[in-house]
Amino acid sequence: MFGLDKKDASLLLIVAVLVAFAPFFLNPFPEGSGWAQFNAGYPDLMQRFVIFGIFAIGFNILFGLTGYLSFGHAAFLGVGSYAAVWMFKLLSMNVIPAIALAVITAGAFALIIGYVSLRRSGIYFSILTLAFAQMSFALAYSVLTPITGGETGLQLALDDPRIFGGAATEGNIPVPGFFGLEMRDSAQLVLGNWVFTFNVGYYFAAIIMLLSFYLSIRIFRSPFGMMLRAVKSNQQRLNYTGLNPRPYTLAAFVISGMYAGLAGGLMASMDPLAGAERMFWTASGEVVLMTILGGVGTLIGPVLGAGMIKYMENIISKINSDILHSWFAFLPDGLEDLVVTLIYPFIGKGWHLTLGIVFMLVVIFLPGGLVQGGQKLAGLFGRKKAQEPKNATTEPAE
Amino acid sequence: MDAIILQILNGLDKGSAYALIALGLTLIFGTLGVVNFAHGALFMIGAFCAVTLSRLLSLSHKVEVPGATDFLGNPQMRDVPYIYDIFGESLGASIIDWAVPLSILFAIPVMILIGVIMERGLIKHFYKRPHADQILVTFGLAIVLQEIIKYYYGANPIPTPAPAAFVGSFDFGALIGFEAGQIIYPYWRLVYFAFAALIIGAVFAFLQFTTFGMVVRAGMADRETVGLLGINIDKRFTIMFGLAAAVAGLAGVMYTPINSPNYHMGMDFLVLSFVVVVVGGMGSLPGAVLAGFLLGILESFASMREVIAIIPGINQVIIYLVAIIILLTRPRGLMGRKGVMED
Repeated sequence: MFGLDKKDASLLLIVAVLVAFAPFFLNPFPEGSGWAQFNAGYPDLMQRFVIFGIFAIGFNILFGLTGYLSFGHAAFLGVGSYAAVWMFKLLSMNVIPAIALAVITAGAFALIIGYVSLRRSGIYFSILTLAFAQMSFALAYSVLTPITGGETGLQLALDDPRIFGGAATEGNIPVPGFFGLEMRDSAQLVLGNWVFTFNVGYYFAAIIMLLSFYLSIRIFRSPFGMMLRAVKSNQQRLNYTGLNPRPYTLAAFVISGMYAGLAGGLMASMDPLAGAERMFWTASGEVVLMTILGGVGTLIGPVLGAGMIKYMENIISKINSDILHSWFAFLPDGLEDLVVTLIYPFIGKGWHLTLGIVFMLVVIFLPGGLVQGGQKLAGLFGRKKAQEPKNATTEPAE
Repeated sequence: MDAIILQILNGLDKGSAYALIALGLTLIFGTLGVVNFAHGALFMIGAFCAVTLSRLLSLSHKVEVPGATDFLGNPQMRDVPYIYDIFGESLGASIIDWAVPLSILFAIPVMILIGVIMERGLIKHFYKRPHADQILVTFGLAIVLQEIIKYYYGANPIPTPAPAAFVGSFDFGALIGFEAGQIIYPYWRLVYFAFAALIIGAVFAFLQFTTFGMVVRAGMADRETVGLLGINIDKRFTIMFGLAAAVAGLAGVMYTPINSPNYHMGMDFLVLSFVVVVVGGMGSLPGAVLAGFLLGILESFASMREVIAIIPGINQVIIYLVAIIILLTRPRGLMGRKGVMED
């Protein structure tokens, strides 16, 4: 199906079904119940799941296949956002030209940076990309203020000289849309105590995510993908075979930069503003975390990692000590306080600590990330395999 | 002319911080071959050693002020640090005043301990894994250390002043024949530079003139052969890791009066220090120091108003720009050794 073998096609299908019914899956708890805060099925968060999923899928094409660890990928995401917002300002509020320009700009940017950075490998490559990204961040923050909006970021204004739609002096700032469908439109379905929200922006981003996921499967299974893996396993041998690895790695770098630009463009489409902080190097670190956490070099891993980190960021960070106390209210008072004190540093504002610890554990014990963990579990409990098809159908790239 | 000297001075103190951190990074890289992304966090922990000590020293209890009452008629209370009770008021007050320099004594054992624990507990298991894994695990560790500090000390910068004797500025120009008031420079920054020079000198002397240092240098050149001679090189390298942590920590301790410590100060310095190490040449100690000072000075020259007028924004990117040019033209860095990280 679609030029995929059976395994990959079923993986794609499963992901498609999960993504399509995500508003249901992510809202398992009824409104008003104590567990409702664990619901992730609201548009803002679901959009972030798929957008960062795209970002991580793209990063995985570079790091997972070629082994080149870029610490500056957020720069492409930032460039994509700026390009998209400028398109909204100057051309029209339709998201298609905005996203197209975001991808193209990010790709061109990646071509320049990649051309220079890929002359070195290993740690030097990481530091070169880091340097480029920090440079872009510093420039966007200071000198390029007319283009980037500097500290306040780039925003839409009422009097933007838009070609289609035109400048207005009154009324509201228009909303990005897709041929009449506004990105922030939502439909709600109320079933008893459950409220499910179906958001246009989410489904738009989700379809693009599925397309990019499909493309990444094709890349993984193509001769080109094989070539990239050869770069990872032994570049010297590749050289001796008479093949020049540089064009292949550069192509991978540009493709993953374009993925990042796509994610940036989508981000701007959901919420039309762009800021320099999206390019800061910790943002680049975040996509590294996502990819490693989910499983580098696997197909589904980066998406899982992105989902997990965004879920933690938005849900775990909201738990406060009152909620903890209510959970452990069944314990005797002294014990309750003790348990709450023990857990408290890891939740709420401390969710980064949990993230750091989980990340370290994954790097130390599970270099293949969550996917490898799932496979190990599936191996331990043979029968469990059938229940976890999502994990069982993926294989690490190596 | 005075502007140039002022910029050189400015560059020296920033350069000293870069040089100290880069020196530690290079010590770790040269001995253990590990790329330590948590080094910035060590710098930050050093700074918080100073915060901790100054808080410990000013722990106080309430004492009644004889004869004075507040508006409700209760006896008025006054905070008296415990240290006054031990050393008397005047000595106690000056001990609190000198908390930052005193923290050096406190930070050295703490940092060595943290370094050794880090090496034995975590880094040891990563020698055989690829550099990417080392980067990732130390990056994770940096996040964890940073969050622990944030949990205990909060997210806001904590002002930690220098001793009163070093507050204020020093008329450096008058010393070298300029008119008074031409080149004025804060005392503490000069102290920082002198301190950095001292530490760097001490590390080099330690490596150059002691038997221990000789063995370590031999181990850096050829670890296997040193091991075959029956020397437990791993143990010495562990100590070197502790030492590198202490160097980073001391850099952090002395930096607190210049910049109030906050939990992410390490990350801000880390990126620049890595750039410094790469410019200096991976694994080259003199290279790291040289590049640290060089980039510090370059950065302060680039932030001169005249330079910015010609190339706007150059002060923000000069270090990265230099790094990119160096990496592409002299991949080994300024003083890199042959065969180090040349994959």
